[in-house]
Amino acid sequence: MQRSLYLDPAKCTGCLQCEMACSYEKLGEFNPSRSLIKVFTFHEEGRFAPYTCTQCDDAWCLRACPVDAITINLSTAAKVVNEAKCVGCKVCTIACPFGTVNYVHETGKVGKCDLCDGDPACARACPTEAITFIDANATGYERMRAFAEKSISAANATAS
Amino acid sequence: MSWTRKILRVNLTEGTCTPEPLNMQWANDYLGQRGLATKYLVEETDPKVHPLSPENKLIMATGPLTGTMVSTGGRYSVITKGPLTGAIACSNSGGFLGNEFKNAGWDMIIFEGRSPTPVYLYIENDLAELRPAEHLWGKSAWEADDILHADHQDPNLRVAVIGRTSENGCLFGCVINDRHRAAGRSGVGTVMASKHLKAVAVRGTLGVAAPHSSDEFFKAVADGKEVLAENPVTGQGLPTYGTQVLMNVINGVGGLPARNMRDVGFEGAENISGEAMHEPRASDGKPNLVTNAACFGCTIACGRISTIDKTHFSIRDKADKPQYQGASGGLEYEAAWSLGADTGVDDLDALTYVNFVCNEDGFDPISFGCTVAAAMELFEAGKITLEDTGGIDLRFGNAEALVAVTEALVTGEGFGAVIGMGSKRLCEKYGDADLSMSVKGLEFPAYDPRGIQGIGLNYATSNRGACHVRGYTIASEILGIPVKTEQTDTDGKPELVKAFQDATALVDSAGICLFTTFAWGMENIAPQIDAACEGDWSVERCLEVGERIWNLERMYNNAAGFTADDDKLPKRLLKEAIKSGPTKGQVNRLGEMLPKYYEIRGWTESGEPTPETVSRLGL
Repeated sequence: MQRSLYLDPAKCTGCLQCEMACSYEKLGEFNPSRSLIKVFTFHEEGRFAPYTCTQCDDAWCLRACPVDAITINLSTAAKVVNEAKCVGCKVCTIACPFGTVNYVHETGKVGKCDLCDGDPACARACPTEAITFIDANATGYERMRAFAEKSISAANATAS
Repeated sequence: MSWTRKILRVNLTEGTCTPEPLNMQWANDYLGQRGLATKYLVEETDPKVHPLSPENKLIMATGPLTGTMVSTGGRYSVITKGPLTGAIACSNSGGFLGNEFKNAGWDMIIFEGRSPTPVYLYIENDLAELRPAEHLWGKSAWEADDILHADHQDPNLRVAVIGRTSENGCLFGCVINDRHRAAGRSGVGTVMASKHLKAVAVRGTLGVAAPHSSDEFFKAVADGKEVLAENPVTGQGLPTYGTQVLMNVINGVGGLPARNMRDVGFEGAENISGEAMHEPRASDGKPNLVTNAACFGCTIACGRISTIDKTHFSIRDKADKPQYQGASGGLEYEAAWSLGADTGVDDLDALTYVNFVCNEDGFDPISFGCTVAAAMELFEAGKITLEDTGGIDLRFGNAEALVAVTEALVTGEGFGAVIGMGSKRLCEKYGDADLSMSVKGLEFPAYDPRGIQGIGLNYATSNRGACHVRGYTIASEILGIPVKTEQTDTDGKPELVKAFQDATALVDSAGICLFTTFAWGMENIAPQIDAACEGDWSVERCLEVGERIWNLERMYNNAAGFTADDDKLPKRLLKEAIKSGPTKGQVNRLGEMLPKYYEIRGWTESGEPTPETVSRLGL
């Protein structure tokens, strides 16, 4: 089964455990500034929103790369940066409509989420299930379920 | 990980920033944050120094777990000699600043001297320099925060900043970080202002190094998180209601003081409770509470993010002030009590507005609310007049008066300047010193020592004055954590207070939040420290470090001129029995507890650690 990261801002508390987990997975240190998933705070709305690569099927970053440094992991479908090939030209960062691939000056390469080879550290670390790693074909099911539940209560109301 | 082993010394007089190695012997003896910074303060300053003189130092310190995946591992503290009390001041804050210090590579920053002109400290990893802050002086903490973010064009910058109240000499100014977190009590912001240091702006991208035994570390961290998630207080109560989960509980057990502690039990408690913050309001159908929020690394997420009703009198005419129209940090229990029950005001929106202003201009809502409450009692007694207040009708329960006096404090003019002195000086000024509900000059938090005996002993002996978070015996006396003790008993309370005080000193030195201890015992905390830090950190060693810190603070206060005579409670709490409710008839029986407390602390009858105690703890 192919899985997708499912991000639910309504459940996010802004604790940044995901950012620490991501940086530890990739760098062996706790360094939120180098995390490939970012949590944004919307202070005046009182909201927090985690965001990272959506792993587009027809990926702009992959198509734009002039040296074929971005390839598809065949088991997870993640678009993965091959650092040995990346020349740091940043064309992918321009091509990505979502801003989720970014230059990393410490390495001179670009960095993006690669789904941790099928076991994303961010989802493991999230204490509130704001980040989950679920069936890629079922990312709408939580919302469907909520509406289904409403239909039950409506049916119950009609029956009684 | 654990310590970066680097501290930054900032000499404001000379304008220099100098890195130094951390004294690892002291780190082994005092762990970090509260304990370690106190050790530096004790070694480097004269305890008799005037708190607002250049000779006082101000230390911002992280703990060894700050910036790690340990739940709540994002804390930092501000340690100095406090201007409200003249005692050791140590104020702990969450938010995101502590992690940023650590990611920039610093365990601690020591500020000394006084800058000739206003400055702020900019830190970007190894780069640390003082920059002019004339354009920030005179601005609120929020305005200064906005300007720094705009000037640096860096949304990820983390800022600690003082507001106008500290600049104006209010003695209970805070250091605000991340807009609504605060090193809140004892006037640490006022000390920062006295040094002409407006802000510290930090950006850290170096990373906090991985633990030396990572399997052991992640096992301990995962176990800790599981305990927090499964505990009813940290897993449900705090995320849902925040610390405001306590308002109705404490009122129900006869422990909620009201009207400058003249009464116990507040008839308006429900209106200002955590539950009330969830109730949709009439004007727009939305509740006060927008969401809960976490500090860095916290899996509890007790923070309150609130809005004020746009039709409320406090902001109805402030459409030009967008900072009050959106969401920001909402009421915690202590603030809701001091601003509300203690002033007799049960208007949730008024309290939320005042709480916003406390954050916006950096002042402690507990000391502020209690000082207003004392002024209200003096006003009702005729000792403070309308002429004194500049026309503010300072009766208990008057929400408009509370809002007016808040705005007066921010300007620092007229009666606002009087309130800014704190309740002790205010009550002395108006001729009734006994009406100040404070210990060592620090105002009480939200638990009445008549209805709850142990907390009274903790208040009387707390090293920074009347403070609940030095030894939160409420956990045991009311909530039954870790074991229930009878709230009106004095038996066993000296031992209980000592145990809580020592454990808390350790927690405050580790980089984690005290609220974990609703669920975590030292048996949960020590393994996380042990896996993160070099050396063997057993439960026994952690408790010994806690006790050592407590005694170090005590010796600092003794050297500063405090004696056993200062370990006392206001007369009201010893003589005026509770008039009604479940704890009717109670007074605090401090005299039954204090001698025993000194004895088990290993102190003389005059409250000084005996030579044996000093030697046993390696002081």
